[in-house]
Amino acid sequence: MAFTHYILVCGGTGCESSGADGIFKNLIAEAKEAGVSDKVQIVKTGCFGFCEKGPIVKVLPEDSFYVEVKPEDAKEIIREQIVKGREVTRLLYNKEKKSLEDVEEIQFYQKQLRIVLRNCGVINPEDITEYIARDGYLALEKALFDLSPEQIINEVKKSGLRGRGGAGFPTGLKWEAGFKAKGDVKYVVCNADEGDPGAYMDRSTIEGDPHSVIEAMTICGKVIGAHKGFVYIRAEYPLAIDRLKIAMAQAQENGLLGKNILGSGFDFDIEIRLGAGAFVCGEETALLRSIEGSRGMPTPKPPFPAQCGLWGKPTIINNVETWANIPVILTKGADWFTKIGTEDSKGTKVFALTGKVENSGLVEVPMGTTLREIIFEIGGGIKNGKKFKGVQTGGPSGGIITEEHLDTPIDFGALTRLGSMMGSGGMIVMDEDDCVVDVSKFYMEFCVDESCGKCSPCRIGTRQLYTLLDKISRGNGELEDLQKLKDIGFAMQKSSLCALGQSAPNPTLSTIKKFEKEYIDHIVNKKCAAGKCKKLITFEITDKCIGCGMCAKKCPAECITGEKKAIHVIDQSKCIKCGECERTCKFGAIIKH
Amino acid sequence: MVNVNINGKDVQVEEGTSILNAAKKLNIKIPSLCYDPDLPAWASCGICIVRLAGTPKMLRACCTAVSEGMKLITHDPEINRARKTVLELILSNHPADCLQCNRSGQCELQDMAADFGLRQKPRFRKILKDQPVDDSYEVIVFDRDKCINCGRCVEACQVMQNVWALEYSGRGDKTVIGPVAGVNLSESPCVRCGQCAAHCPVGAITTHNPLEEIFEKLADPELVSAVQIAPSVRAALGEEFGLPVGAISTGKIYTALRMIGFKHVFDTNFSADLTIMEEGTELVTRLTKGGPIPMFTSCCPGWVDYAEKNLHDYLPNLSTAKSPQQMQGAITKTYFSDIVGAKPEKIYSVSIMPCTAKAYEARRNDTMKSSGAQDVDKVLTTREFAALIRLAGIDFANLEETQADSPIGPYSGAGTIFGATGGVMEAAVRTAYKLVVGKELGNLDYTAARGLENVKTAEVDLNGTKVRLCVIHQLSSVEPVMAEIRKARDEGKEPPYHFVEVMACRGGCVAGGGQPYGVTDEIRKQRAAALYQDDKDCEIRTSHQNPLITKIYKDFFGQPNSEKAHHLLHTHYEKRALYKD
Repeated sequence: MAFTHYILVCGGTGCESSGADGIFKNLIAEAKEAGVSDKVQIVKTGCFGFCEKGPIVKVLPEDSFYVEVKPEDAKEIIREQIVKGREVTRLLYNKEKKSLEDVEEIQFYQKQLRIVLRNCGVINPEDITEYIARDGYLALEKALFDLSPEQIINEVKKSGLRGRGGAGFPTGLKWEAGFKAKGDVKYVVCNADEGDPGAYMDRSTIEGDPHSVIEAMTICGKVIGAHKGFVYIRAEYPLAIDRLKIAMAQAQENGLLGKNILGSGFDFDIEIRLGAGAFVCGEETALLRSIEGSRGMPTPKPPFPAQCGLWGKPTIINNVETWANIPVILTKGADWFTKIGTEDSKGTKVFALTGKVENSGLVEVPMGTTLREIIFEIGGGIKNGKKFKGVQTGGPSGGIITEEHLDTPIDFGALTRLGSMMGSGGMIVMDEDDCVVDVSKFYMEFCVDESCGKCSPCRIGTRQLYTLLDKISRGNGELEDLQKLKDIGFAMQKSSLCALGQSAPNPTLSTIKKFEKEYIDHIVNKKCAAGKCKKLITFEITDKCIGCGMCAKKCPAECITGEKKAIHVIDQSKCIKCGECERTCKFGAIIKH
Repeated sequence: MVNVNINGKDVQVEEGTSILNAAKKLNIKIPSLCYDPDLPAWASCGICIVRLAGTPKMLRACCTAVSEGMKLITHDPEINRARKTVLELILSNHPADCLQCNRSGQCELQDMAADFGLRQKPRFRKILKDQPVDDSYEVIVFDRDKCINCGRCVEACQVMQNVWALEYSGRGDKTVIGPVAGVNLSESPCVRCGQCAAHCPVGAITTHNPLEEIFEKLADPELVSAVQIAPSVRAALGEEFGLPVGAISTGKIYTALRMIGFKHVFDTNFSADLTIMEEGTELVTRLTKGGPIPMFTSCCPGWVDYAEKNLHDYLPNLSTAKSPQQMQGAITKTYFSDIVGAKPEKIYSVSIMPCTAKAYEARRNDTMKSSGAQDVDKVLTTREFAALIRLAGIDFANLEETQADSPIGPYSGAGTIFGATGGVMEAAVRTAYKLVVGKELGNLDYTAARGLENVKTAEVDLNGTKVRLCVIHQLSSVEPVMAEIRKARDEGKEPPYHFVEVMACRGGCVAGGGQPYGVTDEIRKQRAAALYQDDKDCEIRTSHQNPLITKIYKDFFGQPNSEKAHHLLHTHYEKRALYKD
C-alpha cells in the first residue's frame, strides 16, 4: 500500500543536538499508536540548512515546513496532520501562509540553488535506494560503460569546476595530471578534514548525502586508474562517519563499490581514516602524511600530490564539496553546469553563514551572488537591528570584507581581490559590537594552536602576532606595534611553507587595513568602542540610578554598593567587566565607556 | 640540463637542482638555517625565500627545483625584510646566552644574525619554553630551549640513521623536538652516534666534557698518563686550526699531546692492527670451523648499540673482538703497564675519538675493565680535543711533527684506513688473504670497499673459497641488507654475505659525530683520501706485518684469539630494549 504522507526529520548535526532523534522516535511511536504506520513514511534526512530554526520537520505532500519542533510535538503532527489532514499551524515557519509553495517562499531559501546539497533534507541518507531514485550512481554507470577517462576529464575541465577546499584549483586539470602520471598504483582521497571555526559544509554534505562522495571518488578512480580511495575525516564527526560507513556498506552490497563494480571488471575500495582534529591536516600534503601514519606536517610542493602523493604514488585529493559536484556534472553535463556562476567560477558554493545574522545556517548559492544577498536576504540581515560591520570569509585564513564591497558578486577571484579568500566557505558576520582587535586575536589564538609547528615563520609568527594583539587589547599597545604586526604578517605570507602560515596573518592584516583607526583607538586612547576588550572598558552608574539594588544583587564580583534609593557605585578595582549590571538595570542607568 | 636566470645572470644546471644550489654556481649564497647538504631539504626555517622575478611570489630556494627559463631574484629589499623578520622571530624563540653556549663562535644562527646586522635590541618579545636540559648521557647534551626546530637532527636521526630517537611532538608553538613522550635520550632508542649534534646548527645538541680535570690528572705525580688517537682524528683535526681539509696532522697531534702533558703518546692505529689480527682470525675460524655467518664488525659503538637494540636475532653474528679503542685501553693497562711497572689503576688512559658513542663504549659492560681497572678512563671527541689544545695555549698549525711512542704506537697502513668506510674490510682482506692463502695480496688497494655508496659488495677468492663481503655505512643502510640476510635465512639459503662491515656514520669515522662541524660528502671524501694517502705513505701496509704486532703476540698474547687475548681483547653483547622501562 502506498504511503499518503512522508515526514522528513532533519538529521543534521544541529537538529540532532537539539532533539531531532527524539522527534523521529516519537513520530514512529505515535504513528504506530494511531494505527497509521502504513500510511506515513518517516525518514531522517540530512541537513535542511536552516539551522537557526531547527529542529526542522517537513511533511509531504503538504510541504508543511515546521520549525523549532520538540519531541512532544510528534503526537500533534501525527494526530492532526496524518490522521485528520490538518497542518499544525503553530509549528509552521510562516504561520499565516499555508500554500504548497510554502518552502519556496521562505526567504532563507530564495536565491539559493542546491546542487551540492541537492539531496540534503530530501532523501534518507541511510537508504541507498533513495539516492539511486534521484539519479544516484547514474554518473558512475556512464563512467564505467559509456565514457572514456579522457571524455570524463574533458567534461570536468569544460565544467570549469574549481576545487572547493579553498584554493580553487581547476579540478579537471588536477584529474588530468593524475591520469597522465605514470604508475601502477594510484590513490583517490577525499579531504573531509573540515576545520575552520564555524564551518560545517562538508560535514553536512556527508551526513545528508554520503553516496554523492562515494560515487564521485569511484568515478575518479576509474578515470585515473586507482583502485583505492581514502576518506580522511575528523573523528569529531561521528554522525558523518556513521552515515559514510552505512553508505559504503550499502554500495558494496549493491555492487557499486568493491570488486567488479556493476560487472565492469573495475575494482575500487574506500577506507575511512580518522583525523585527530588538527586544522593543518586539511592542508593536502599534511593530510597525506597523516594517512601514511606520519605526523601531519606539510611537505614542499612541488611535487604535487597528483604526481607524488600517498606513499609517493600519484594521488587525486579533492574536498567533499568538490566531489559532490561531480555526479551532477556528469549526469546533467558541463554545459548545464557552466550556465551557473560567473566567468571566473562556475557552479555554486556552500557557505556556513554564522555570526550576527538573523538566519544562520547552511546556504548554497550560485557563484556571483553578492554578499549583500547572502547576508541581508538569505540571512535576513543583522540580528537585533544592529549595524553591519564586516564579514569574515575563509575563516582564520581569510580577511574581513566591509560595507563598501557588499555588492561585489563573489567568486574565487573577487574574494582574493578583496584581500580575503573563498576558503572552504565559512562566513562569519560581525556587527558594531564586534571589535576587530578581539576578532583578530581570536583567529590568531586558533592559529597559534593549529600551526603544525614545522616552519618558523608560522610557529613563532603566530605566537608573536597573538602576543602583540593581546598587548593591544589590554591597553598596553604602542604605535610601533602596528608596524611589527605588519612586518611579521608580511614575512609569514611570503615565507611560510603552506597555506596555513601564509594566510594566518590575513585576519590581522585585513582588519588593520580596513579599521586602522580602531587599532589606534586601542593603542593611543586606550578605548575599545565595541566594548569587547575588557581591560579597556569601564562601567559606570549614572544619576539615573534609583537605588533599586538589582545590579548589586546580580554582580558576581560583589563590587557594587549603595544605600537603598541612593545612587550606587561600582568599585572599579574589583569590577570584572562582565556587563551583568548593565543588562540587569531597567533604567538605563549603567553606561559602558 | 636546465637554463635559469638568477639575478640577471644565466646559469645551466642539472635537472632537479634546487634554486639554492643553482645560485651557488653563480657564487650567490642564499641564507638558510635548516638546509644541510647531507639531508633532504626539510623546508622549515623559511629564510631561503627568493622571488620569481617580476611577481610577488616567493619560493623556498632549498626545496624548489629550478625549471627551464625560470627567472629568479635572490636579494631585494622585500626579500631581505622578510628574511630578517623571520630571523628575528627565530631569535625571539632562542635564549641569548651565547657566552654560556657550547656552540658560541661556531653557531650558524649567531653567524647569520651577524650577517644580517642584527645588533640592535630585539624588537620582539622573548618567548622561551623553559624546558629542562637533558644531560642524561655521558657526552651528548640536549638543551631543549636552544632548539630552533629546524629539524636537521630529526632527519639525521630518522632518514640517515633510521634510529628514530628524535621526533617532533606537541603542536603549534608548543611543538618540540626530542625523544617521544618527553623521555630523556638515555631512555630512548638513541645509539649515541651524535649525527644529531653534528647536524645541529646551534647549541641545542652538543657534546660536553669537562676538560680541566685532565690537567689535574696529568699533574698528579702518582699517575702515569697514556693517550691514544683514533685513525680519523688525524684527518680532521687540522680543520679546527685553519689547516686545509684533508690535511694529515698525526705528527702535530703527537707533539700537542706531549705539550699538554701526556707522558706516553700512543696511537689507536696500533690496536686497529691488533683488531685485524683478532677479528681476521675469528672470521677465518668461523669460515673454516663454523660459527655464525655473516660475521659483523664490532669496531663501531653506534652500530653495536643499534644492534643490541634492534637486531636481537643477530647478536651472535657480531665479532666478539673489542673495538680498537678498547683493545688499546686493555693493552695500555696490562702489556704496557707491566713494561713501565705501574698498576692498572695508576695509569690514566685517555682516548681521542671522532665519536660521541665512544665514551659510552668505554663503560658499556664489565669487559671494559679487563685490566682490573677502567681500561679507558676518559674519552674526548675531536672537537673537544681541539678545545683542549686551545685551552693549553698551543699554536697547533705551526707545531713540528714527532713520532708515537713504542711499543703500542707505531702502526701499519691497514690501521689508519679504519677511519674511512670500508677501511676495516680492506685491512681485514689484506690480512685474511695472508692467513688463508699464505702469501701477500698482490694489490693492497682493495678499492671495492672504498667510496660513499651506501652499500658496497665484493667477493674475494681465498684459496678457492669465494668470500662475499658487504660494507655498510650510515645506519639507515643496515635494514635493507638485514632484510636480504633474513630472507636468505628464512628460505634456508646460504647467507648472501660472509663478512659485513658496519659503520654508523656516513663515510665512517671521518664524519663521526664528534668530528669538526660542517661535514659534506665532499669533506668526507677528502678526509678519507687523506687516510688512504697516509696508508700509502706507510712502509708497512698490512697489520700482520707490523713488527710490534708480532712482538705483542710473541711477548704477551701468544696467538690471536688465545685465551689471554679472549680475556683482554674480546667482549660480549646483550639484548637491550628500545625504550628503558
